[in-house]
Amino acid sequence: MLFWQILIDGFAISALYALGATGFTLIFGVSGVLNLSHGAIMVGAAVAAWAAASELGVGPYTGALIGILAGFILAFATYFIAVRPIQRSKVIAESEKEIFILTATLLWGIIIQEAIAYLFTNNAKTVLPIVEGVTTVFGVRTPKNEYFTAAICWVAIGLLWFLVNRTRRGKAVMAASMNPRGVTLLGIELSSIYLTVWAIYGLLAGVAGILLGMFLGVSSYSVGPLTASAFSIVVLGGLGSVSGSLIAAYVVGYLETGTAYLISPAYRTIPALLLLVVVMYLRPQGLFGRR
Amino acid sequence: MISLKSILLASCAAVLVSSAAWAADPIRIGVIAEAQAVAGSSIAPAAQLAAEEINAKGGVDGRKIEIVVYDNHSSSAESVRAFQRAVSEDKVNAVIASYISEVVLALEPWAGRLKTLMITPGAASDVITQNIAKNYDQLKYTFHGYLTSTSLAGLVCDAAKDLLVEPYKMKTAVIMSEDAAWTTPLDAGYEKCLPEIGLKVVDHIRMSPDTTDFTPIFNKIEALKPDVMITGISHVGTQPTVQWKSQQVPIPMFGISSQATNSTFWKDTNGAVEGVFYNAVSGPGVAVTPKTLPFVEAYQKKFGNFPSYAGYTSYDDVYMIADAIHRAGGTDPDKMVDAMEATDYVGTIGRIAFKPKSDPNPHALRTGKGYITGLMLQWQSGKQVNVWPKELAAGTTSWPSFIKLKAASN
Repeated sequence: MLFWQILIDGFAISALYALGATGFTLIFGVSGVLNLSHGAIMVGAAVAAWAAASELGVGPYTGALIGILAGFILAFATYFIAVRPIQRSKVIAESEKEIFILTATLLWGIIIQEAIAYLFTNNAKTVLPIVEGVTTVFGVRTPKNEYFTAAICWVAIGLLWFLVNRTRRGKAVMAASMNPRGVTLLGIELSSIYLTVWAIYGLLAGVAGILLGMFLGVSSYSVGPLTASAFSIVVLGGLGSVSGSLIAAYVVGYLETGTAYLISPAYRTIPALLLLVVVMYLRPQGLFGRR
Repeated sequence: MISLKSILLASCAAVLVSSAAWAADPIRIGVIAEAQAVAGSSIAPAAQLAAEEINAKGGVDGRKIEIVVYDNHSSSAESVRAFQRAVSEDKVNAVIASYISEVVLALEPWAGRLKTLMITPGAASDVITQNIAKNYDQLKYTFHGYLTSTSLAGLVCDAAKDLLVEPYKMKTAVIMSEDAAWTTPLDAGYEKCLPEIGLKVVDHIRMSPDTTDFTPIFNKIEALKPDVMITGISHVGTQPTVQWKSQQVPIPMFGISSQATNSTFWKDTNGAVEGVFYNAVSGPGVAVTPKTLPFVEAYQKKFGNFPSYAGYTSYDDVYMIADAIHRAGGTDPDKMVDAMEATDYVGTIGRIAFKPKSDPNPHALRTGKGYITGLMLQWQSGKQVNVWPKELAAGTTSWPSFIKLKAASN
């Protein structure tokens, strides 16, 4: 019984982690941007979905769509306000651009976080679940929405895989992540590749945000922990490696769930953080890092 | 046509008249609160409302009350800076501060050092008043305008006896509380009073306020098969409530759930709070005293929403401070403390008087019959319905579909 409980809960939470971290690692892999406003974008999407359903009474499906749209808009706003001006700046030295972008996205995330707190207070909000009720599998009573969440996460990750590996545009994105200069030599505008990646990222972060809002609820306080969690997962998996992030998400998800059930919920996050420290010592490039 | 000159003359006359009406120095009350938190956001508006009402009636001995607001972002460090600024630069005569125990505990020594009267409208830790007992001369400037955690535990037990143990013959309970300064004495109070009313404590779960996934906690509690979960939650609220509903945990949630006191909680949780019980000092539609409903009405008219629990107390605090200054004959801090100690005031939450210097909790509110008794409310179909005590009840207990209970008489 306990085994099945850990297996089911761990699977759902790990799928959420995987989806949350995938966009983050994609952006880094392709454009070298460590987007520290990641948590704020996810929370923004969830709060928009909550507000649409609760304040405007639009129902769970339209609410979810509005949430995804908010994630999309916030991602583009991040790119155009915090990232692009620095990437194109002639005043900032190339070697310093990375740290400038890091700082800019961090501050932009704080701006979004404060705006959410002022507009909607910092009480946690939950997104209206699309699937209601519970179901018993292997003697474990689980909300149906938990299975739904895991399924949607994998559909989204599957679509991303298809896009990157089977479409022309996706292959260009992949190529840009390996050799940006080579892609420009082929006549593909690098800036249009970046736009594609930020669009994909916005959708992924939006979906992850609303699923998180359905499953666990979010508040402006979640911004920091969500960014930190995505950051730890991609560092563990190897910066820029999407498959590494997926595996790392499952390692972290199961380690946390196992700790919560077998030791105590109070120590939930500690073993995963210890593992991260150990991996950083022994394999600084992460489990599946490319460099 | 009115000339510009006559407008100017009229404006000057108005300024002269109004300044003549408030010839004496204003009384300044600093409000240090958390503008973004649901519970904290009512503190400053409620204080402002009380000040306006007092000023409309001529102020305190001809002196106007001015409220100076500081947003502390729920941070102890920012609160200390605000307190220092309030006293040294803005020259406040008293401070109303925060609903967070950690914040009030950080400010308490500063109230002593800067000899400035401070009252908290919502923090609950007993340590606040225990500190006063240990070092009265230094810390006597702090007053506890809300119930201590030990008092809260006692009131929850009183309600549980009448609402759960007697009608449903409940026998076992699990305490579920967040790990924070205010819950240490609360849990000790629960551990002591629950067995006294006939509820055996089968486990005691303290969780981190950062907990987001409550699934393992609820599964553990469910395996213990208690009759009820007795809660002590304030920093967390939405997540455990929503997961309790989505997982359909068949055990009632009863106790303290600060976020549930707020009228927006139904929307925050998409209605998952249906059936949850929470202790409070006031609630919508509950005429605790003749002042309660007029306050709620005035607050709602002015700010468009209902006050949180700390709003009621903050409103009362301004009146109590004004009354103390009137009785002290001015704003001398030591005389104000003496006057506050002699407070006997009927506010929106009941009859307010402070425990004396000789008590282990000096400056804590007196509770029990004749003073503050507290309420137990339950969310029912989107409304907060008071179900206890009987004389103030607006309805009876009702249960969500996933909780099956049998009344003892059936």
